[in-house]
Amino acid sequence: MEMQPIKFYQTGTFTVGNRLLGEDQRAVQANMQRTNSLNSGHRACQGCGEALGARYAIDAAMRASKNQVIAANATGCLEVFSTPYPETSWQIPWIHSLFGNTAAVAAGIAAAMKVKGRTDVRVIAQGGDGGTTDIGFGCLSGMFERNDDVLYICYDNEGYMNTGVQRSSATPPAARTATTMAVGDHPGNAFGQGKNLPQIAMAHNIPYVATASVAYLRDLEYKVTKAMSVRGARYIHIFVPCPLGWGAASQDTIKLARLVVESGLFPLFEAEHGEVTGVYKIRKPVPVEEYLKPQRRFAHLFGKQPATETIARLQAGADRNIRKFALLAEAVAHE
Amino acid sequence: MLKQIEGSQAVAEAVVLCRPEVICAYPISPQTHIVEGLGKMVKSGELRRCEFINVESEFSAMSVSIGASAAGARSYTATASQGLLFMAEAVYNASGLGLPIVMTVANRAIGAPINIWNDHSDSLSMRDSGWIQLFAETNQEALDLHILAFRLAEELSLPAMVCMDGFILTHAYERVDMPTQAQVDAYLPPYEPRQVLDPGQPLSIGAMVGPEAFMEVRYLAHAKQMQALELIPILAKEFKTVFGRDSGGLVHPYRAEDAETIVVAMGSVLGTIKDVIDEMRDGGVKIGVLGICSFRPSPLAAIREVLQNAKRVVVLEKSLAVGLGGILSTDVRMALSGLQLQGYTVIAGLGGRSILKSSLHELFRKAGADALQPVSFLDLNWDIVNRVLERERHSRRSGPIAENILRDIGIVGASIA
Repeated sequence: MEMQPIKFYQTGTFTVGNRLLGEDQRAVQANMQRTNSLNSGHRACQGCGEALGARYAIDAAMRASKNQVIAANATGCLEVFSTPYPETSWQIPWIHSLFGNTAAVAAGIAAAMKVKGRTDVRVIAQGGDGGTTDIGFGCLSGMFERNDDVLYICYDNEGYMNTGVQRSSATPPAARTATTMAVGDHPGNAFGQGKNLPQIAMAHNIPYVATASVAYLRDLEYKVTKAMSVRGARYIHIFVPCPLGWGAASQDTIKLARLVVESGLFPLFEAEHGEVTGVYKIRKPVPVEEYLKPQRRFAHLFGKQPATETIARLQAGADRNIRKFALLAEAVAHE
Repeated sequence: MLKQIEGSQAVAEAVVLCRPEVICAYPISPQTHIVEGLGKMVKSGELRRCEFINVESEFSAMSVSIGASAAGARSYTATASQGLLFMAEAVYNASGLGLPIVMTVANRAIGAPINIWNDHSDSLSMRDSGWIQLFAETNQEALDLHILAFRLAEELSLPAMVCMDGFILTHAYERVDMPTQAQVDAYLPPYEPRQVLDPGQPLSIGAMVGPEAFMEVRYLAHAKQMQALELIPILAKEFKTVFGRDSGGLVHPYRAEDAETIVVAMGSVLGTIKDVIDEMRDGGVKIGVLGICSFRPSPLAAIREVLQNAKRVVVLEKSLAVGLGGILSTDVRMALSGLQLQGYTVIAGLGGRSILKSSLHELFRKAGADALQPVSFLDLNWDIVNRVLERERHSRRSGPIAENILRDIGIVGASIA
């Protein structure tokens, strides 16, 4: 197999570079034979986490299924930037129907493949957090409950970015969006009860659930590959920073996707049939401020009078995740 | 084979004969017996090579059908009323994507106030969705139209609704002639779409089309419906050759040749109207009826041909364009453009209100004397209506209408308050 000798360093992390790995262990993206399922030339913004996540996820799924993938896509950035008629960036059979029905469309494709005896063809549904946690939630839950043979991938950039950065049920507390402005006594998004889709997916006892972040691309590829080895309803929730919507620098996408994990705000884990089977341990926990500060959507927390109480509440949420999922690596936990 | 069975069961058996590969089911009265029948036949193995999916909503039912159809599977679902409205976004999407899904609509009123009985408000609300809409007069026609609809839909790559009156047809036990599998197979070839989701030939479907091409796409959707106008009579003729009976087609005129008054209607009420017309003909009245089978595409030329020599047209419809009058009437007016015919719209049978022969006799007699209002409502209880209107002249117009009636007439609601 043709391999590209990639020099792959990620400073500040414990990620192992491709050059240190055996060829069979290298990333799908390191392989010149990768499918480029989401081809270059699309219209995503510079530094788009979603484009990065989708390319890695679908290429990994393609490799795992010997290129037998059909994808259904929700309305949203991923759909709009990849398919401005008459162009398309997709090198796979791909359909966009509506915003809120992607899981159901995928279930229909899976049913068609089953009835036609094409069990080699694997079906993926994908959408943003709005299309998943809000408007597509009913169809998604139905697909989970029936255990349809579909892998659903949510690219979570924590808001409705395609329509101009409005709040979704995945928007974090205190974040400024176009519908939760940083004004008044309680600037930014309210502290609600949250809507943790991966855990809701787990509550359906489906065969496989995982979270991933575009800072940990080999972990992402591993989880997609694992998901593709299983039949039935599967769910992967990928954290994908949005430079435009978050007011972050384009070159900070990976950094933010790493800090959200290392702060405990976004735990990386996988679960089978409703039970957590593995977590990504944090080796150097960082305070949430490090993650929040580079993003203008949280700038109102760091004014002349820092919103210490709000920051403390956000930190408490991160600490709760760390406790709940036992995220700390042994060495750190014993300090 | 002749059978005495429920309309829903007849439709379920006809659908099975069409060899659907994916069936989506979500319960809503009065269509439930159809998917119940199908579910049983799939589970028992009577219908093989078919996925029967109990979905969690009508929106999902249409969406699963969209996915299945785009992947090359013959897809079917059924719904009614609120269910059709709940799936509305996907209904438009299916036709926009050119997917030949067939759906039964067991016509039922739309709330509020909630009402499970028959009228045509539901499918007519999807008038401009791009779906073909065929209306059945009898259970035999409902059964036949499903076979026709699959053929028509797949030839045109357009979805089709078969509309049958909820309860009046769906729950009525009537004699039907059930075709054989060999007959249906001879009439309906396997579904082989030109474009499908296939890893062997990657294709992007459903891209965002901008102003530079959207008009052309929409025009071609319209052109497909115009093609359907030509195809529907051809397929009806072919149907007669294979199955030996008349079903489908664009319109069904009855005793209309020399008629001075022609009634226009859709669905099962045509049976009652025909009985009344026979009786009036016996009394020497020159009256006939035009049944519309194809509501969409609208057979304007065929309607005009039948109506043009009449003196007056009475459109009797089980639907109401609130704030205007009639829906079917508006189509008929368009068909009669430029002709100086007296036209009457009669709204009848909303929410299952019985359309009685005695009422029709009176109505048609008045029409013959040109004593009808341009828009009228058959058998409306004017005591109730006038009481509410009178109060509203001098007090606030607020709150739900049905509950306001109760307050006015001083029962239930008033006693609770």
